[in-house]
Amino acid sequence: MLPWTLIRQGLLGRDPQADLPPTPTLRPHYDVAIIGGGGHGLATAYYLASRHRVGRIAVIERAYIGGGNTGRNTQVVRANYITPEAIRFYARSVELYRGLSEELGFNLMFSGRGQLTLAQTDAALRGFRLRAESNQHLGVRSEIIDRAAIRELCPQLSLMDDGPQPVLAGLWHPEGGMARHDAVAWGFARAAARRGVEIHQQTEVLGIDVEAGAVKRLRTTRGDIEVGAVVQAVAGASSEVAAMAGIRLPIVTYPLQALVTQPLKPFLDPLVSAPASHCYVSQSPRGEAIIGGGSDPYPLYSTRVTLEMKEELLHAAMEMFPCLAGAKVLRQWAGMTDMTPDYSPVMGLSPVQGYYLDAGWGTWGFKATPVCGETMAQLVATGRVPALIERFGLERFGTFTQVNEMGATAASH
Amino acid sequence: MKLMRCPLNGWRGVAEFMYGGVVEDIPDPDACDDRAWSDYLFIRENRRGPVAEWWCHLPSAFWFVALRSTATGEVLETLTWAQWRQRCEQGEGPSAPVAPAPVAPRGGVHG
Repeated sequence: MLPWTLIRQGLLGRDPQADLPPTPTLRPHYDVAIIGGGGHGLATAYYLASRHRVGRIAVIERAYIGGGNTGRNTQVVRANYITPEAIRFYARSVELYRGLSEELGFNLMFSGRGQLTLAQTDAALRGFRLRAESNQHLGVRSEIIDRAAIRELCPQLSLMDDGPQPVLAGLWHPEGGMARHDAVAWGFARAAARRGVEIHQQTEVLGIDVEAGAVKRLRTTRGDIEVGAVVQAVAGASSEVAAMAGIRLPIVTYPLQALVTQPLKPFLDPLVSAPASHCYVSQSPRGEAIIGGGSDPYPLYSTRVTLEMKEELLHAAMEMFPCLAGAKVLRQWAGMTDMTPDYSPVMGLSPVQGYYLDAGWGTWGFKATPVCGETMAQLVATGRVPALIERFGLERFGTFTQVNEMGATAASH
Repeated sequence: MKLMRCPLNGWRGVAEFMYGGVVEDIPDPDACDDRAWSDYLFIRENRRGPVAEWWCHLPSAFWFVALRSTATGEVLETLTWAQWRQRCEQGEGPSAPVAPAPVAPRGGVHG
């Protein structure tokens, strides 16, 4: 017989509220259409709906929300970059991440446990000094720490003294951390939907009509929609979607692989990165050791994984953490990284009026999710490029004014 | 170990090879404007599907052209530069879509 507690709950009609309403009917017109229901697209929708008045907003997602590269990264959040443009930008993102669970009413499990990057060559250490000074100048906490401090911070880490490249020093960034990536997508989606944003999953954009230099219409698998403005936020498909609007981008798409072990007892607090071996290790709140590497050595539109990368990642991770010997690998996967020549994003205006780009997110997209939403929303609502992203525009390649972030990005993540 | 056929050295492990970008025409740096030159340097088709690419067999420093699918990772064919030029003269320039060729007897590189 059904227990009274459950009968009462049923009679009261207090069913748990769904996070997202069912996909609504596609309307013939939207003031803003966002292509891509990942973290960036949903964050843009949320900030548009919560901070600005732009009319009707739709997020158009080919498959399901957060199912692309939002759910395929290694969850790293940090701001210890090299250029002033990037440091300011990512520092704002870390600041937003800190308060996001409360703002969205959704537990993103943000955990500011700090990030440690290891210098194993003199050249790396010189780069770290520049980063530490640049960071501190702009109010971001970063400092060089010596081997004794590294041992104290992370006793399980091997300083690799019996290898060819012992650890010389570290770059310690106490503001670094991680957040649960699926929750970032769902938190923004739920909060946006509650503010009236329509989220259209299983809806693929097949074509983009541009008339007289301005974006006019999206042709989708569920019908055509007239649009006032369009934001493209489709990491891994940026070149192809932009090409529908006649826009060519400085992007080459490479897979990036990562793997996790089975859940282990807590053994690692900070996120540890070893650029010399293109490897970084952290431990998720569930206990899995997350092991990530650099992008694959050649371009490919496929999320397949390779034995070569498995060997490379496990070799590097075990050099860093000998205690991982014997741990079982739970799964290995790949995301698509839209790599740009200067390792900075391509965001802002495009050659097509009303068509805004949020692309070129290579291996640095997840950590930028909230600040991208905030700045892209400002851009769409006002038509003016916010100061925080003005150096990330597509036009910088035509004027040879790139923002070189390779030193703080390649394999540091 | 996945294998790739070097036109000079035959079948070798894929770790011996390095990717060198797509095969494309270089604009005349003295004649073209800054926009055309920056396009050449930075803008990429990033096409999904068969493309002609530069690859190098590192131990022998031998550069050659590979026709590879960026959708599947399969290497369809490898050619010396001379063989590639000959094919271009027959009407298949670097910008022309690459026709899939029969898969080599021992299988191509899958990813």
